[in-house]
Amino acid sequence: MALVSVQNISKSYWRDSLEIPVLSNISFEIPEGEFLGLMGPSGSGKTTLLNLIAGIDRPSGGTITVKDTIVTSLGEGELAKWRARNVGFVFQFYNLLPVLTAYENVELPLLLTKLSKKERRDHVELVLKVVGLADRMDHYPKQLSGGQEQRVAIARAIVTDPAILVADEPTGDLDKSSAEEILRLLERLNEEFKKTIIMVTHDPRAAERAHTIRHLDKGELS
Amino acid sequence: MRVLKLIYKNMFRHKLRTSLTVAGIAIAVTSFVLLRTVLTAWYEGVDASAVDRLIVRHSVSFIFPLPYAYKERILKVPGVKDVTFATWFGGVYRDKKQFFARMAVEADNFFDVYSEMLVPSGELETFKKERNSCIIGEQLVERYNLKIGDIVSMDGDIFPGKWDVVVRGIYRPRDKSTDPSNMLFHWQYVDERMKAEWPSRAGLVGWYVVKIDRPDESAAISAEIDKLFANSSAETKTETERAFTLGFLSGASAVITAINMLSFVIIGIILLVLGNTMIMAARERVKEYAVLKTLGFSAHHLVGLIAGESLLIAAVGGGVGLALAFPLVHGFEAALPKGWFPVFEVKAITLILAASGAVVVGALAAIFPIQRALRERIVDALRQVG
Repeated sequence: MALVSVQNISKSYWRDSLEIPVLSNISFEIPEGEFLGLMGPSGSGKTTLLNLIAGIDRPSGGTITVKDTIVTSLGEGELAKWRARNVGFVFQFYNLLPVLTAYENVELPLLLTKLSKKERRDHVELVLKVVGLADRMDHYPKQLSGGQEQRVAIARAIVTDPAILVADEPTGDLDKSSAEEILRLLERLNEEFKKTIIMVTHDPRAAERAHTIRHLDKGELS
Repeated sequence: MRVLKLIYKNMFRHKLRTSLTVAGIAIAVTSFVLLRTVLTAWYEGVDASAVDRLIVRHSVSFIFPLPYAYKERILKVPGVKDVTFATWFGGVYRDKKQFFARMAVEADNFFDVYSEMLVPSGELETFKKERNSCIIGEQLVERYNLKIGDIVSMDGDIFPGKWDVVVRGIYRPRDKSTDPSNMLFHWQYVDERMKAEWPSRAGLVGWYVVKIDRPDESAAISAEIDKLFANSSAETKTETERAFTLGFLSGASAVITAINMLSFVIIGIILLVLGNTMIMAARERVKEYAVLKTLGFSAHHLVGLIAGESLLIAAVGGGVGLALAFPLVHGFEAALPKGWFPVFEVKAITLILAASGAVVVGALAAIFPIQRALRERIVDALRQVG
């Protein structure tokens, strides 16, 4: 059964009075437990598609359904709550809050839940252990390497046990060995923890880890 | 509130900038408190004015005296309960920097009309019997180490010559707004000497103080009194004690208005200082706010985060400012000539105004950063580099 259903999605941007189409009438489905790689040249619309599925951007037309929720029909407040419960985000530049420790960064999404302090601690310690950073939880982002920062970001993404993990160029800012660590971790999350992962990448080696690869070019999916 | 830790950490992200902002707010709040204290001290006499007292003075100016004979005629006006009088004596005690009010008053009933000056009955009786005696406020006792029986020697200026009076009583102010630094002695003592040395100045008083039964009749009684002396050589102007005291301040109205305006300009300065800090902070954190929104933090979380930080900085700055204000006010008072302001203290209303001003400024300074954080689309903010 499809976890994500994308139906006739299109997206355009406006620059003054000029309409710039980015995605044109795209439809596809992502089954639960999938590890999907989205590839394509710069400007092809892959990040836009990822943002639409993750509910941080709105399409110009079409619908996106995740599980039983029509994401494209949710209001801003509902969408924020939906994201908090259902989507984990991994960004190219990690986007950790510099004033918070690794522990506090990972704890952030849990502040929106009703979990007690002890329950939050248990969750955070568990995911930091999963990403191999249990011993660095009191470190600030600037005290960590790029690879470690990205692992903290992955821990933050999975700490609420979301249905989907979206990763936008997760290895784009890393050296080869750190990139390899991150890809192994994503693979493990998919295989061992059954996370559905949608990953945007330029890197063919990263794309090799995906079960399915879809190519976007000039706003069209192949 | 679960974002409190983040508010706290954000506040100290740029320690120097936050410290300078807090210092700016603190200095502004301290200055505000000092200026408002000067203003309230200035208006202390106005606030202390009794509603059931009228002042009858010469219609041309307060400096022109009125005949002593007016007293009996004023007493007969319906609604008048009692009449006393006073004359500004001036003079120099020790040196010209020692300022306090020295007045020649009607000994028999002055303290009946000014019931807020509390004199022990024994001391009052002694005072009434001794024509060269005086009653002083307890602040003068403390300031000049005076005690009952001491002789106070003054050099007269308005009333030339050497004047000695004996302290026979010490009055205690009934409330904080009553001037505790007056020196009051017998008008008859001055008048007798005028009769002997300067007869044309004898039989004159500075102003009358009229105690009335019903304050709501003050306008009618005032008109009635002034009618009595219309077309005489010394026409009167009768007004409430409050209006009379305000008249004294009118000479300094430009300065008072300037201080008043300045005190509120300072609030504006705090707003600019804090507003600048918050706008800079918000600009730097556009991407972080987008990340928070991405993670599911709602608009009200962001409002709490930004407004919380702004209010916290304002509160810390305001708190430091208020704490510094007290020693500064005391220092300022000490630097002034003694007795310049009989009552010089930080009023509760001043503290409330300063504290609420800081809080309002904290809230206002957060408006633009909040607008920006909420308006920015997540995808646009995430695209920003750095």
